[in-house]
Amino acid sequence: MIRLEPRGETPRLLALTAPVVAALVALALAAIPIMAAGAPLLKAYQVMFEGALGSRFALTEVVSRATPLILTGLAAAIAFRARLYNIGAEGQLYLGAVAAVAVGSGRFDGPPALMIAAVLIAGAIAGALLMLGPTLMKVKLGADEVVTTLLLNFIVILFVQIMIEGPMKDPMSLGWPQSEPIIDSAALPKLIEKTRVHAGLIVALVAALGVHVFLAHTVPGFRIRAVGANPAAARFAGMSVTGTMLLVGALSGALAGLAGVGEVAGLKGYLTNNLSPGYGYAGIVVAMLAGLSPLGVVLAAFFVAAVFVGADSMSRGINVSSYIANLIVALALISVLVSGVVTRWRIRFGRPGG
Amino acid sequence: MTETRPIVLELRTITKRFGPLVANDAVDLVMRKGEILALLGENGAGKTTLMNILFGHYLADAGEVLVADAHGGLQPLPPGSPHAALAAGIGMVHQHFTLAENLTVLDNITLGTEPLFALHRSTRAARAKLEDLMARSGLTVDLDATVARLAVGERQRIEILKALYRDARILVLDEPTAVLTPQESDGLFATLRALAAQGLSVVFISHKLNEVVSASDRVAVLRGGRKVAERETAGADRATLAELMVGRPIAASRREPREPGRTVLKLDAVSVAGHDVRTRLASVSLDLREGEVVGVAGVSGNGQTALASLVCGLVAPSAGTMTLLDQALTEFDPGAFVAAGIGRIPEDRHSEGVVGSMSIAENVALETIGTERFQTGGFLKFGAMRQAAEEAIRGYEIKCPGPDAPIRLLSGGNMQKAILARALDGAPKLIIANQPTRGLDVGAVAEVHRRLLAARMRGAAVLLISEDLDELFELSDRIAVMFRSRLTAALPSAGLDLKTLGLMMAGHDPAEVAA
Repeated sequence: MIRLEPRGETPRLLALTAPVVAALVALALAAIPIMAAGAPLLKAYQVMFEGALGSRFALTEVVSRATPLILTGLAAAIAFRARLYNIGAEGQLYLGAVAAVAVGSGRFDGPPALMIAAVLIAGAIAGALLMLGPTLMKVKLGADEVVTTLLLNFIVILFVQIMIEGPMKDPMSLGWPQSEPIIDSAALPKLIEKTRVHAGLIVALVAALGVHVFLAHTVPGFRIRAVGANPAAARFAGMSVTGTMLLVGALSGALAGLAGVGEVAGLKGYLTNNLSPGYGYAGIVVAMLAGLSPLGVVLAAFFVAAVFVGADSMSRGINVSSYIANLIVALALISVLVSGVVTRWRIRFGRPGG
Repeated sequence: MTETRPIVLELRTITKRFGPLVANDAVDLVMRKGEILALLGENGAGKTTLMNILFGHYLADAGEVLVADAHGGLQPLPPGSPHAALAAGIGMVHQHFTLAENLTVLDNITLGTEPLFALHRSTRAARAKLEDLMARSGLTVDLDATVARLAVGERQRIEILKALYRDARILVLDEPTAVLTPQESDGLFATLRALAAQGLSVVFISHKLNEVVSASDRVAVLRGGRKVAERETAGADRATLAELMVGRPIAASRREPREPGRTVLKLDAVSVAGHDVRTRLASVSLDLREGEVVGVAGVSGNGQTALASLVCGLVAPSAGTMTLLDQALTEFDPGAFVAAGIGRIPEDRHSEGVVGSMSIAENVALETIGTERFQTGGFLKFGAMRQAAEEAIRGYEIKCPGPDAPIRLLSGGNMQKAILARALDGAPKLIIANQPTRGLDVGAVAEVHRRLLAARMRGAAVLLISEDLDELFELSDRIAVMFRSRLTAALPSAGLDLKTLGLMMAGHDPAEVAA
């Protein structure tokens, strides 16, 4: 007989190793679909690992994919900490990118430091403003933010479509629906030449550290944690639940908006309607894998990015569908959720003595 | 004479450890048919753990549970299976009810007794059985009402009916009166007595001596996980039981005479808009002076919640004025009230008093986190927070692993002490205590009372909202009664007796009562 008993406190070592074990379990479980696809198992894993970690190119690819994931992961982590379920990071990412193009495609020009700051701020504000609406609707009207933020994603993507086929359309694009390019002074510089690693990485890492310090060491961060864990007690103690929620919503949206700025001003150089392969949604998985810890988000983002890059390589190398990446990430999420049970509960086998 | 009744349940040397803590240490217990057994002990004595082992929620580390079968022979109960416990006729009513609020009473009761994949569902048989049960037990409740709309007392009746509906022969109630008014408690015990006369065996967990002495046939006292005594209730006296339970003599706190000073809180015809009698206040007036305790009595749900919300800053009045030390209060916000120097003890520790997942230090600093004491330039001063928590732990003798432990790990009494430490910190001029001792054990109750009276002696004005009439008489200089959202004038407690107060709580005019 197997039973679960609650633990008083989770041992620290277990809490730290559980996600790692969960990730390994997910990779192991991926053997089932790989075999089902008819690929040689060992070869598949080998190609995947080499594709993700086996070369300089692979590593830089992982880093460049992890960059937006860190930011969208942080966006989800900080919001979920306050129990504000922002599913709209995808939309906020796109609106951040639109704002970056609006500011950084030549309407103004100036020294790079100024222009880069301008596109970053514009993107962050756009994302924040987009998230304020659903947050206000939640705190004032009780509207479910899962629904409102999710549906806003589709509205924003249609808006992007309008912009890139209309006001922002690049006249030089030979009819392709894409925006005018980001001018050189506003582009995020490459960190490593001839790779896709750009300064957005620094923005993401600084943001992760900043969110960590903010949540753990500041008064507003304290309020966010209190409001998230028990809004009634936080309110009774004199905290403004509405104000705290609006702050969280704005920060969450801003982080997702920054992800969009990085993609458009650091990587692509112009806006299209396929700028993000779902980084906004993957950010939710990243945040969950990280247990909503801002520093954990960085590690989780690298893990998810490595899985995506490795699976791409596997699909090219031995003809397994690259959708396997989504499967592995999903398995990892399930494993982490299960490991959450293990860390909070003790598993007992058989009957105790007596 | 009782020994002739057949044994229906036997616990043998039950031992249960949680890490280093021994929650139950070789506890033996025997129950006979038709008897009411009280399990008396302080919080943390192991009462609930023992019952959870009986019901199969926990696995004992050692010992076994035997239950009489249909022929009266004792059979071991498979451990760790609530299903087996239910099948053996053990019904449990938890302290925190386990009802689905969105379903009807009938659905709640039949939930889990019906096949999962049945195409057709007939409620006729269930309804007939329940009507019969209600007629026999006196537990009446509207079967078609939605649980969310029912009061606490009614919800408890549903829980008991749920157990009886499953043919329970042994009924376990965990702190059944913790959420009830004195009147409701009397009703409950009358019902239990009637059920016992029909052959049901009842175990109830309690730390209230009054009800143990008045309602049980036999009492087992637990302390620190061990059974320290077992007595026939008829031959036991309260003082001895109290000492057995706590392990030492208890000093009762006394209210010293004191002249009240100037008015601290003045409510002048204050109304609060609300959607029902619970959340509404109708033109309430009250004067609360330095160095006095004014008690607010009333049957639960007569507007006490609204009054507490108002004076805690959670709701704004719709009419009337509220004055604190000659200053009209205009900003109705809990933060402003904290800043104005009002110490507030909320009704529900868990939902409003603490953030369970945060540490004791963080909870002690919860209300004043924005002040210079706990932050500089927006950054938290962990040292100051920890120090404040350590002072609270020392000053209030809070039993805990340390200031960094999550506060949810604390027992009710210790959690309440932490809240008390926070509310009384900085010597507030006005203290709002809403059900400050609900669910606490004798030792913790005495401590809360001592602190409130000490605050009164140093000149604080205390508004005590309580459903415990003994507490009201013990602490209050004056008592007012809430009835249907209105508050009577506060009368000197010395001139009041229980009967008069009871009549006032039922809505009778005090002048008319006196006549």
